Amino acid sequence: MDDLLQITLLSLAVSGVATSISLLIGLPLGTVLALSVFRSRGVVLSVVNTGMALPPVVAGLAIALLLWRSGPLGDLNLIYTPTAIIVAEVVIATPVILGLSAAGIGQLDPRLQVQLQGLGASRYQTVWWLWREARLSLLAALMAGFGSVISEVGAAMMVGGNISGQTRVLTTAIVLDVGRGDFGTAIELAGILLALAFIVNGVLTWAQQSGRRG
Amino acid sequence: MRLDQPLAASEGPVDPNARTSPPVLEIRDLRVVRGGRQVLGIQQFAVDAHETVAVVGPNGAGKSTLLLALSLLIGQQEGRLLLHGEVVTPRLALHLRRQIGLVLAAPMLLDTTVRQNVAAGLRFRGIRGQQVSTRVDHWLDRLGILSLRDRHARELSSGEAQRVSLARAFVLEPEVLLLDEPFSSVDAAARSQLIDDTERLLRETSRACVVVTHDLDEASRLGTRMAVIIDGQLRQDDDPQTVLSAPYDEDVAAFVGVQTRLLGRIESVQDGLAAIEVDGCRIEALSTLAPGRQVMCCLRPEDVTLRVSGQAGPATSARNRLTGSIVKIVVKGPFVQVTVACGPIIVADVTRASATEMGLREGQLVEATFKATAVHLIGLQQ
Repeated sequence: MDDLLQITLLSLAVSGVATSISLLIGLPLGTVLALSVFRSRGVVLSVVNTGMALPPVVAGLAIALLLWRSGPLGDLNLIYTPTAIIVAEVVIATPVILGLSAAGIGQLDPRLQVQLQGLGASRYQTVWWLWREARLSLLAALMAGFGSVISEVGAAMMVGGNISGQTRVLTTAIVLDVGRGDFGTAIELAGILLALAFIVNGVLTWAQQSGRRG
Repeated sequence: MRLDQPLAASEGPVDPNARTSPPVLEIRDLRVVRGGRQVLGIQQFAVDAHETVAVVGPNGAGKSTLLLALSLLIGQQEGRLLLHGEVVTPRLALHLRRQIGLVLAAPMLLDTTVRQNVAAGLRFRGIRGQQVSTRVDHWLDRLGILSLRDRHARELSSGEAQRVSLARAFVLEPEVLLLDEPFSSVDAAARSQLIDDTERLLRETSRACVVVTHDLDEASRLGTRMAVIIDGQLRQDDDPQTVLSAPYDEDVAAFVGVQTRLLGRIESVQDGLAAIEVDGCRIEALSTLAPGRQVMCCLRPEDVTLRVSGQAGPATSARNRLTGSIVKIVVKGPFVQVTVACGPIIVADVTRASATEMGLREGQLVEATFKATAVHLIGLQQ
């Protein structure tokens, strides 16, 4: 039972921290991408969109190569730690949040920005109100980002190593239990994973729908 | 954005018309280029305290671009912007924008309550607390929408939404109000009342205002001055009556509804009264131009009187009487617009009642009468 709780809490913590970091990176960059006009904007958008479809195992492989003991960042001794999983999940979730944020803000009427500035809003006040106006899309971006990491297994396995009591999260534990033929535990873990995803997304959906009502 | 460029020495000071104080807002040597094409080029435009400048012109002429340039909201603008005579550099753009109140054609309300919308600009300026509520309620009341203050912006009609947008600008009590087609999104029923209320508030607050419109009636009602922009150029900037009765060039004449525009040549001038030969007819008009000069005779349709040929009519001092047959009759609201081929084509507005009483019909012979003072002459290049 303690193991179960520890795995669940670690899953929640790793996914939560990774999503938060991705939000901190993806939202400002998505805003810049949505509001800026520059020559290579189309190329950048293509890269971001490709990143949204990045297979987790590819992200895991890249991070594993970086953090491997003989790799460029091997001295940090992060491989097979929760931090390594968080780094991999940030790589997975950031393009999702960035791309969907850019799309959400880009869908706002461009005259809204003009109107805000014409009312005397500073740059930061303008961005804050644009986020507020795009909050439904931004919450959807957040849900998609969280969904992409809570359900991810390949990268967590590769850079976390699925070490009991240290880096085992719900998805990697399910894979292990299925491999052992322990379907009962696997189903139990899957239920917890589903419940966790449901609760977090439920809260975000509630916030989103509250926003819709105004 | 390139601003704060010195004026070219050869151009000298702009408009030294003996102003005792600098205009509230002024722009000099404005140039806006998009896609390699100049869309707006204005040497000087200014708005003084207590005046409302109506900027008119056809769609796409550059009116709204001028308004955005006055707010430093266009990336590709060159020129110098001055607030109370002080140059506004791009670094001071936010300071400038906090002295203006901008209203766009679409209300662009924020996804929140009416009260929060009207308070937004005040909050941007760091104003908080009771002062916000007091000012918001005051202006909601003056615009007749106090009862809507807790309603969500998305639940408003077009007229209500634009009133909120106007309240959001008025509440800032800015140095200059910049209104971009503020009534165009409002349905006809609410429009007239909204124009009345805006006119009243502008008069009561004596606030400097630039209002962009393509509607000449709106411009005449609201504007103490009228600026005509055509093809990105400021063609005329005068009091509304002068613009309507004495347009600077043919494009302005066409835009302000001068339907009769006739090419002619001045044959003689005596005591300021010129005789002009137009398509084999002789038209008299007041003029300071010399004989032999090619001119365009401009005549507003409401200045032409029609009489059915052969019928007796009252004696008149009008110098011009041309007889011709009606070639077209078009009903335009309370008026009937009658086109008469007298040699030159003359267009006249008559009321529907008069048209009915006179039994006007196409092909009928009529006499078109107009005063020499009603004809405005535009001298053409030789």
